[in-house]
Amino acid sequence: MVREGEVRIPSGCAIAAVISREGKGITGDVIYNSMKPMHDRSNGLGGGFAAYGIYPEYKDFYAFHIFFDDRTSRKECEAYLKERFEVVKGELIPTRKIPEITDEPVIYRYFLSPLRSMVESEQVDEKEFAARSVVKINTEMNGAYVFSSGKNMGCFKAVGYPEDVGLFYRLEEYEGYSWTAHGRYPTNTPGWWGGAHPFSLLDNSIVHNGEISSYDANRRFIEMFGYKCTLQTDTEVITYILDYLIRRQGLTLEEAASVIAAPFWSTINAKPEKEKERLTYLRTVFPSLLITGPFSIVYGWNGGLMALNDRLKLRSMVTAQKDDKVYIASEEAAIRVMEPDAEDLYAPAGGEPVIVTVKEGKF
Amino acid sequence: MNINASGLDYKELNEALRKAGRGKCSITDCLGQRFLAAGISECEITVSGIPGNALGAYLNGARIEVMGNAQDAVGDTMNDGAIVIHGNVGDAVGYAMRGGHIYVQGNAGYRAGIHMKAYEQKQPALVIGGKAGSFLGEYQAGGTIIVLGLYDDDRPIVGNFPSTGMHGGKMFLRSDCKGIRFPEQVHTHPSTDEDMAQIEHFLRHFCTYFGHDLKALLDSPFTTVVPDSGNPYRQMYVAN
Repeated sequence: MVREGEVRIPSGCAIAAVISREGKGITGDVIYNSMKPMHDRSNGLGGGFAAYGIYPEYKDFYAFHIFFDDRTSRKECEAYLKERFEVVKGELIPTRKIPEITDEPVIYRYFLSPLRSMVESEQVDEKEFAARSVVKINTEMNGAYVFSSGKNMGCFKAVGYPEDVGLFYRLEEYEGYSWTAHGRYPTNTPGWWGGAHPFSLLDNSIVHNGEISSYDANRRFIEMFGYKCTLQTDTEVITYILDYLIRRQGLTLEEAASVIAAPFWSTINAKPEKEKERLTYLRTVFPSLLITGPFSIVYGWNGGLMALNDRLKLRSMVTAQKDDKVYIASEEAAIRVMEPDAEDLYAPAGGEPVIVTVKEGKF
Repeated sequence: MNINASGLDYKELNEALRKAGRGKCSITDCLGQRFLAAGISECEITVSGIPGNALGAYLNGARIEVMGNAQDAVGDTMNDGAIVIHGNVGDAVGYAMRGGHIYVQGNAGYRAGIHMKAYEQKQPALVIGGKAGSFLGEYQAGGTIIVLGLYDDDRPIVGNFPSTGMHGGKMFLRSDCKGIRFPEQVHTHPSTDEDMAQIEHFLRHFCTYFGHDLKALLDSPFTTVVPDSGNPYRQMYVAN
């Protein structure tokens, strides 16, 4: 089979998210049911979820979710992991056999603690060490693909419709304070389990509806900083851009949003002086990270979510809230499934980030 | 005739609607089913719940009333009839509509009335009670777009880049439009009595549907937007 990275077919998609500002647990069925009215935005070639706060008993360990082609690739990868991490636990991820989901790879998760001696010898911090391990496995080990690598969070994805993927992974058995979801309608790449969304690196995850036209310009720039775009999907490059801007450059979320969805110069010039200066600076310093073409994304991390549309708003997105919860989706219908009485319905403007964080100490 | 939409996908729901035939039909518990009432000619439909994208696409004379919000592309390419929304609409309402009327009580998203067109007796109109997002009336080629800017919030009556690429039709904004930047290829002027006479019947309908006072609506100044009557896009792509 030809995989992501080997072929480019010239996306409609569906996204949804829910987060509790109080850090209260939400079961996975809430989010996968929300994808049902948006069924026709996907074509069954990919669905997935990111869940935050689901591994409280292992919250200090990196949780790697890995697809393996076979036993040999698993043994090879486990040997590599043991060289670099203390493997606290390794197990099959529980799944449910359903006719809608077939041809699954071998799906494992590992709770890992980096070996201090190894971290010190590479002269990087622990996060960079873990991230490098992920890149190494995904680029150099045939038959192994890390699709989730954060602490106290996990991505779950497959080829199938999102509501079926949720059932397959038994997500109703998990409780998280924040969830994102994606239904895929791939237009540029074939559907492969690893190519489904979310894309993630450490605890940063992205679900994305769109088709960015700046892919190659963005890729060329970001690959100068040690990232490897292996899948030719827009979402992967957005994940690395946000990791670079936020974790490595220390930008705030608002600043990162102003880089990737920078306003037009005419819009910038009409802003008050201070804002104009800020936006001009960001567009000038990171011109290669402007993402053009349609996108709506939900970016997740430990303790928060950010929703963002491209500056022309070529994809739809609606937000709403009720009590401690905030809802985000491509369509209002999806929000009404999660909360029929949702309030303050709002359609964010293009390039206007909606940032929701969980109260300090609640996650 | 009543159709409960829960558990029906868009195809089943539309088939049930077509079977219902002419006359009145109410659809309850609608939740995201697309293409509702697409191409339908003779029917009066009331919808409760959230209709999916492309509500009333290619609508051909039927009348649709939605008792809440609607999503994207309401009245996509509609040909005739009326759509009344007691709430907000998503992006691209009235996309390429070529006939009929759409009335929105609340706000509209981006690209309302994009590429609306008109020909002889086919004169579409889109009336938005609240505010409109960016690219209002993008590539407008005909018909009438009215934005009333009711309901106070801090947002301007229309977002960025209104009437970009406009080359036909008229737009009326209930505002003096100070601080709103229009492209060079359109003219704006404070609406004249003649202008207001052209849109009064639309405003009257709006007030009937949503319970507003016509006098109060007319108390504020309107701005009329029309394309430059010359050849405003000369040299934009090639000399022509």
